[in-house]
Amino acid sequence: MVSAFKPLNKRVLLTLLFSSLILIFLFALFLGRYPATGFMNPGLLWTDPLARKLVLNLRLPRLLTSLLLGITLAGSGMVFQMIFSNPLVEPGFLGVSQGAAFGAAFAIIFLGSSIWVIQGSAAFFAVAGLGLSYLIARRVHFGGWILRLILSGIAVSAVYSAGIGIMKYTADPLSQLPEITFWMLGGLWSVTWREFFIVLPVSVVAMTIILLMRWKLNILSLEDETAFSLGISPGRYRLIFLISATVATAALISVSGIINWVGLIIPHISRGLFRSDTGMSLPAAMLLGGIFTMVCDTIARISFAGEIPLGIITSLVGAVLFIILLLKKNIKVQK
Amino acid sequence: MSTILTRLDNISFTYSSENKEVLNSLSLELEKGGISTILGPNGIGKTTLLYIILGWIKIRKGAVLHKERNMEDFSRKEMGRLIGLVPQYEHISFEYSLLEYVLLGRAPHLNSLQSPGDNDFRIALEALNKVGLAEYSDKSILHLSGGEKQLVLLARSLAQEPELLLLDEPMSNLDLANKIRIITILKSLKKEGVTILLTSHEPEVAASLSDSVILMGSDFSIQQGHVDEILTKENLSRIYNIPIDIKEIDGRKIILWH
Repeated sequence: MVSAFKPLNKRVLLTLLFSSLILIFLFALFLGRYPATGFMNPGLLWTDPLARKLVLNLRLPRLLTSLLLGITLAGSGMVFQMIFSNPLVEPGFLGVSQGAAFGAAFAIIFLGSSIWVIQGSAAFFAVAGLGLSYLIARRVHFGGWILRLILSGIAVSAVYSAGIGIMKYTADPLSQLPEITFWMLGGLWSVTWREFFIVLPVSVVAMTIILLMRWKLNILSLEDETAFSLGISPGRYRLIFLISATVATAALISVSGIINWVGLIIPHISRGLFRSDTGMSLPAAMLLGGIFTMVCDTIARISFAGEIPLGIITSLVGAVLFIILLLKKNIKVQK
Repeated sequence: MSTILTRLDNISFTYSSENKEVLNSLSLELEKGGISTILGPNGIGKTTLLYIILGWIKIRKGAVLHKERNMEDFSRKEMGRLIGLVPQYEHISFEYSLLEYVLLGRAPHLNSLQSPGDNDFRIALEALNKVGLAEYSDKSILHLSGGEKQLVLLARSLAQEPELLLLDEPMSNLDLANKIRIITILKSLKKEGVTILLTSHEPEVAASLSDSVILMGSDFSIQQGHVDEILTKENLSRIYNIPIDIKEIDGRKIILWH
């Protein structure tokens, strides 16, 4: 598929995406189940103290976190896909998500559940998961690079899952188990300003680095000797991008639990609209990711009286979208 | 008087995984602004030699000097401006327009946080124009034929504006017209002062294009010299190990094999 958008039109489209993100943000802020299910009159902010409290202390931090989550997952997904020259990877496929969940469960059971310790442990095991998947893939001597990477990522994720299973089995069913279970399903209902401000610096710094250096991602998607011949040190750039993406993803996941499919499907949609040049497709993926998780989390929040975990909704919507794109042959995998 | 751009001094190379010696005590010189062609049978180490000059493959013995400076003393970005590579084949995983792809050649002229600007776009378009694909600049790179793809790879290296251009069998996928197009482009690059080193399987191409020919034979034998003194039927018969005859028609060398 050749993108129909020329550079100028792409800029217009990007601006459009940005405006819709703002509009959806404002709209979602006033959507909820108070005072009745549906849209709340913004005027209530001034007259109803409960409405004000609800919007400013509960909905706003949650909505901002879901926005950050989408930006980070989609941005990191794009980084992973470009760096591994593989349109089928996302942090969830390479041991990063399961690693973060394992690290969080480990911290909850053995290290006490201070949010900082959970974050650090999640980040550590996420990076370890990625490193392990990568090293195993390099040592496998059959199949193409894509196949090897996905296979070793699945294996590493499975080892982590088994570890999580053992910890769940031994966890205190009253205090620790619910916390771990929450992790596996993913959701933002417990997010307050505290959690938001803990993940904000890490993800903003990491995403800014990725955004500023984004054009180089194109070069990293080339074969290493070509990138080298263009005066780049592929290893060094790869490290900066991978660590930024992994640490930011782990930070967000340590608050939200495992959220799958965003990092896979959003970069695809973005490349479909903007083509592969990361100059445009990376910021577009971040905007689309933010919109996607805000919408999904709002659905999770208001569709039933009891919440549906966000991870379930993103998986459902993401997987269906993926099937549609596959059938329309908009997803190209070579090798 | 001509100056030497690149000098290989007594280099040896062994692939550590196979313990197979590929190059042994090899020395050669690339004259600034000259076109040199490496000829030799399959698997003799022609591509390895290009990658050693590029710095991608590290040697244990010997030295590679560019501008009389040791290769290790150059920064990565300096190297990117000094040497360009046109690989024989490149796997392309994502959909780019031709122009976006050629723009990647501007990388060594941009700092880490920079994206290409108007001047880079102009240079990239000019490069596409030189290979005759300017009118398709917005077309998807995934829809190109093998030969067109090779032309795009060349265009990317033109946009890079290197002083030394390495090409790995640049004409292997091309039809006759495009082959002549590449020969013309390389000759005009030479006029701009660019030094060119290519590998080839076609002695006739080497004859029509090169100032100097490098013959790589088995037993690590290497001969470098002017086209007329190197491209003899004895030399070619020896390195390819088949009887070869050379006829001259209208001042051009024609290779005959029996």
